[in-house]
Amino acid sequence: MQFDWSWFWPELFGALNDTMYMIIVAFLISILIGIPLGIILVITRENGILENKAVFNILNIVVNVLRSIPFIILIVAIIPVTRLIVGTSIGTTAAIVPLVFYTAPYIGRLVENSLLEVDPGTIELAEAMGATPWQIIWKFLLPEALGSLILSLTIAIIGLIGATAMAGAVGGGGIGDLAISYGYNQFQTEVMVITVIILVIMVQFIQSLGNYLSKKIRRS
Amino acid sequence: MLILEGIRKVYGEGGDNPVEALKDINLEVKKGEIFGVVGYSGAGKSSLIRCVNLLEKPTSGKVKVNGTDLTKLSPKKLRAERKKIGMIFQQFNLLHSKTAFGNVAMPLIIEGYAKEDIDKKVRKLLSFVGLEDKADHYPEQLSGGQKQRIGIARALATDPHVLLCDEATSALDPDTTNAVLELLKQVRDELGITILLITHEMNVIRDICDRVAVLDGGVIVEQDSTINLFTEPKTAIARSFVRTVLNDALPEATLKKVLEKGESNSVYRILYKGESANDPLLSDVAKKFKIDINVIYGTITEIQGQPFGNIIVELNGDPQEINNVVDYIKGRQVTIKEVKSDAV
Ligand SMILES: Nc1ncnc2c1ncn2[C@@H]1O[C@H](COP(=O)(O)OP(=O)(O)OP(=O)(O)O)[C@@H](O)[C@H]1O
Ligand SMILES: [Mg+2]
Repeated sequence: MQFDWSWFWPELFGALNDTMYMIIVAFLISILIGIPLGIILVITRENGILENKAVFNILNIVVNVLRSIPFIILIVAIIPVTRLIVGTSIGTTAAIVPLVFYTAPYIGRLVENSLLEVDPGTIELAEAMGATPWQIIWKFLLPEALGSLILSLTIAIIGLIGATAMAGAVGGGGIGDLAISYGYNQFQTEVMVITVIILVIMVQFIQSLGNYLSKKIRRS
Repeated sequence: MLILEGIRKVYGEGGDNPVEALKDINLEVKKGEIFGVVGYSGAGKSSLIRCVNLLEKPTSGKVKVNGTDLTKLSPKKLRAERKKIGMIFQQFNLLHSKTAFGNVAMPLIIEGYAKEDIDKKVRKLLSFVGLEDKADHYPEQLSGGQKQRIGIARALATDPHVLLCDEATSALDPDTTNAVLELLKQVRDELGITILLITHEMNVIRDICDRVAVLDGGVIVEQDSTINLFTEPKTAIARSFVRTVLNDALPEATLKKVLEKGESNSVYRILYKGESANDPLLSDVAKKFKIDINVIYGTITEIQGQPFGNIIVELNGDPQEINNVVDYIKGRQVTIKEVKSDAV
């Protein structure tokens, strides 16, 4: 069977466009939620600078619950929420909702871990200097954790790319959709191969960029 | 200046196994003084110094700095007070993401100083600690001693009146330790800053502390001027600390030999300090009395710049004459004690 390329390229670019849209929007929203979430998990925990058992326990449980649901189930499970927010449960924009539900808690955990890696002596120092909790976060914790935070966000965005491809399979569009509907359902191996290559290149590129930036910040 | 009143610190209170790290600590550090607290691992040294700026909240008791009881302050007022209490750490606690300059600037940045003022002040501090040429270096490009100098410069940035030193030299080699101790002395002498330091190294006490407290099991078991503690330690633990830098134990074999001779009243330890160390005591004795003096053992150390001699002599001769010698030596303001077989 001769593969017809003429329809494929525009289709591919459309799909790539959708994918980028989903990744970028979902990532930005997830960062806006996930980074503060991670910070709050660190400062409210036991012996944190603003220890608060109730807040910590609630957020901790929420994150655990969301993190334990496989993405494909999460998409279906939160359909009512998705409808409420974007008015529909299918399409590229609708896919962003479960993507955020999936990625934000993940980023929260990763950020939490990065911040916990910061030498406790740093916080002690900041407190001894008379820094406010806000200053401790912005002027001590985050700058000291920056290299590690960038690696964490790299991991998160790669996870998001995978989830985006999956979201495509259930009607979100993008290259995941392309791969399933043509590559898998219609046995067009070429489509499958090309989408896989594109995904691999994306992940490689982002990982290298993340490594580079993190290295530069850590000066090592 | 700095007063600790009835400080108790219990970790894990109400839990399964609470640890009482400090039990009723009372301490006063005078203005311009370098006060040392020495103790073995687990004695509660870190707990003690961390209670001073409330990094660790005392379970009970008062911490008064310049008359203000820190334990009673609101978080905001406490932060303001902490700015007047500098602190340096065993592991330096430098920010890896900042240069030496950036590290020293940190207290000024959080104080909201203008950029030019920060610049001027930081340059001045860096030159005070002798590292103006290292301003743009990151911590990992600095040696341990240089890191601690940066730590000191940073602690001085807000012109504190007290400096707390938590094992400030314990991670440094002996030469570097001496240099950092010199710098601390300079901090006190030139800037008039009161220093409270904790350490497990007796040489730190010997070299820079005016007064010293010995901490054991969360209790101050002995407290005195450095020279007195070194020359007349009263507790066994103080004595063993003194021995770490001032070995005055008589060699076992010598002691045995001397005591076996059966003549009692013949082996004496002579301790002299300060001015009296410069007098030719033994040669005077030899000239004035008809006895033989045999020096078995002797050391002379400097404690806080004052010579301190510790010699053990055997006096041979008529017992009456020996008594006269002992009286004569006592009359010269020098300590002389008979050495017994359980010699201490
Ligand atoms: N955060 C804590 N929680 C529970 N116990 C603690 C805590 N910090 C210290 N302790 C306990 O309090 C006692 C005194 O500890 P501290 O760290 O003050 O001793 P230290 O004299 O500084 O010892 P080192 O020389 O080893 O640093 C120890 O028994 C220690 O186990
Ligand atoms: Mg300690």
